[in-house]
Amino acid sequence: MTKQTKRQAPKNNARSELQKRVLFGLILIGLFVLPQFIRVFERATDLSILITLNVGLLFVVLALGLNIVVGFAGLLDLGYAAFFAIGAYTMGIFTWPNLGIQWSFWVVIWISAVVSAIFGMIIGAPTLRLRGDYLAIVTLAFGEIVPRIIRELWKITIKIPFTNIYIIKDFNLTNGPQGMNPVGRPNIFGFEVGSTAIGPAWFRITPPMQWYFLIIIVGALVLFATYRLEHSRLGRAWMAIREDETAADAMGVDPVRTKLLAFALGASLSGFAGSIYGAMIQAIFPELFSFLVSIFLIIIVIVSGMGNIWGVLTGGLLIAFFDRVLLAQVVPQYIPGGDVLQQWRWVMYAAGLIAVMILRPEGLFPSAARQAEFHAEEEIIPEENDTT
Amino acid sequence: MSSTDIILQQLLNGLTIGSYLAMIALGYTMVYGIIELINFAHGDVFTAGFLISLTLFEWFGAGGKTLTGFRLVWMFTLVLILTMLACGIINVIVDRIAYKPLRKAPRLAPLITAVAASFALENIYANWKGPSQIFYPDYFPRVDILHNWLHLNTTVLFTTQDALLIGLTIPMMLGLRLFIQRTKLGKAMRATAQNAAAASIMGIDVERVIMTTFFIGGALAGAAGMAFGNFLHTGRYLMGFDAGLFAFTAAVLGGIGNITGAVLGGFLIGFLKVFSDQWIGGQWTRAFIFTILILVLVFRPQGLVGEDEAEKA
Repeated sequence: MTKQTKRQAPKNNARSELQKRVLFGLILIGLFVLPQFIRVFERATDLSILITLNVGLLFVVLALGLNIVVGFAGLLDLGYAAFFAIGAYTMGIFTWPNLGIQWSFWVVIWISAVVSAIFGMIIGAPTLRLRGDYLAIVTLAFGEIVPRIIRELWKITIKIPFTNIYIIKDFNLTNGPQGMNPVGRPNIFGFEVGSTAIGPAWFRITPPMQWYFLIIIVGALVLFATYRLEHSRLGRAWMAIREDETAADAMGVDPVRTKLLAFALGASLSGFAGSIYGAMIQAIFPELFSFLVSIFLIIIVIVSGMGNIWGVLTGGLLIAFFDRVLLAQVVPQYIPGGDVLQQWRWVMYAAGLIAVMILRPEGLFPSAARQAEFHAEEEIIPEENDTT
Repeated sequence: MSSTDIILQQLLNGLTIGSYLAMIALGYTMVYGIIELINFAHGDVFTAGFLISLTLFEWFGAGGKTLTGFRLVWMFTLVLILTMLACGIINVIVDRIAYKPLRKAPRLAPLITAVAASFALENIYANWKGPSQIFYPDYFPRVDILHNWLHLNTTVLFTTQDALLIGLTIPMMLGLRLFIQRTKLGKAMRATAQNAAAASIMGIDVERVIMTTFFIGGALAGAAGMAFGNFLHTGRYLMGFDAGLFAFTAAVLGGIGNITGAVLGGFLIGFLKVFSDQWIGGQWTRAFIFTILILVLVFRPQGLVGEDEAEKA
């Protein structure tokens, strides 16, 4: 039945389809020229917006990935930054000149995704069999531990016990607290993204703009992929599990396998984004991947409305802009006493998260299914269901 | 130091560390037993015990010097009681704000608010006392018991501050046991843990039981935080995270929801922690304890003494 309505829709609304295409084209052009406007604005105000916007956009991509885990499958992953770190450091290890591997960015990015997914499975397989609380605390701990382990992996010594034979001695894998610098950049037909500015003077494409375009493209792909996933068989299985695991199990959906897939897929997307992040900022340190990253992403997904891709996209952009540009740069510069606000922002965000969870648990831009779930108690069940 | 001395010393250390971990683990396990929720903010209540007791000592004019005689007795007792009260109240407030409105919501909701509450507390501490390491002076006198009092010829070090930790926690845990086994409210707690709906039909005020549970758990964590300060002399706004992770592992190891199990698990994790500190390296201890948590969840999610509580979907 749904298929039919979908097929009929374009015939009836041919005009609105055209409007959609025009709108889509306008958005594309807008995204293309936006950095030029930002550049003009940056010169006038002395703020650095595009670089922050890039990080913010990457966080939105991450939030889209986390939305698969938290929104679609209903699993609370509090260590999403760990997979982000694993992705960034995989990129670092395979491209850092001092280690001498220096593979291409385009190869390593897939390795990062696979490595992150493997770690996701190692963490997920034992915990996803149990109730959701365990996953939450295990991922929380994992997220805290991974950066610390990375920090220690700069003098690895493995000795065979009771002998003087070393398997590895003082091996420097991650360069510890000093961080890895530089991380390899992506190479497109001989041009290194983010190395130098290109283009004529009136339409200069600076390195941050190149990153902006790369992230926009990756973001669009991720958006498309999650959109397709949501409406796939797997996506429906995730939502079935989220709403009622026992019922889904009875209908032939394997809960552990399905949840593990969501978790691993989310982890691999995080690793993917992590490699881009590493290549973009060029110097990676263990501290960049702390719990603050995970909680920030959780806030984006939950406040925007978990499960709703467009909600997460809109909310993510708004929150990222609010946090990175308004609160971090504009407020301390232009409003007296603004640094106090900046200092208390995490308390503010946490309070906001609690408030949203209590007052509007489906988020600001909810998906219909999610909204119904959180208001199951208030729902009035009609006597006869009109399904035909 | 001979190797027997090292082992003896580490066993003693394990016992002291285990005793504060057991106190924190009790809070996790009690709350989980009653409302089946991991109270993420619990580790941060432990931090509150550390910070509040430190502040109270300053208020009463202890001024960073070791207390002696009568002054030691009254001030220490008063600070202990006030700290426990304050931490109990903090835990109750956390419950009232973050968990109570969501008792009937999907399970994801209170978990998220739990994390948010923990995060909020941590950042409040960071703004209150600053993000760097905080020094906790020797308010409780430090005497080497084995040398100065027992005149033993050994290199093992066991001070009054270590003894304080054990001497504070073990009576409290016994007291808790008596409370749960003998009093009416304790009986109500056990009934609620078994079946909250049935308990409520029998006329038990479940909300009051939940409040009591949070209060006791918070008070114990507060006492642990104060004892910890007098024992290790250093802490940080994030210290509750490590303590919480270790204590939670202890609670799971003992079988979450099981009070005896939490205490046993606490001591076991204490021994494992000193083992790791001594023979693997302090920087790996977290990862080591975390691995243990994962292994327990893989092979024995119901814990060493617990029932099949964890496998309930």
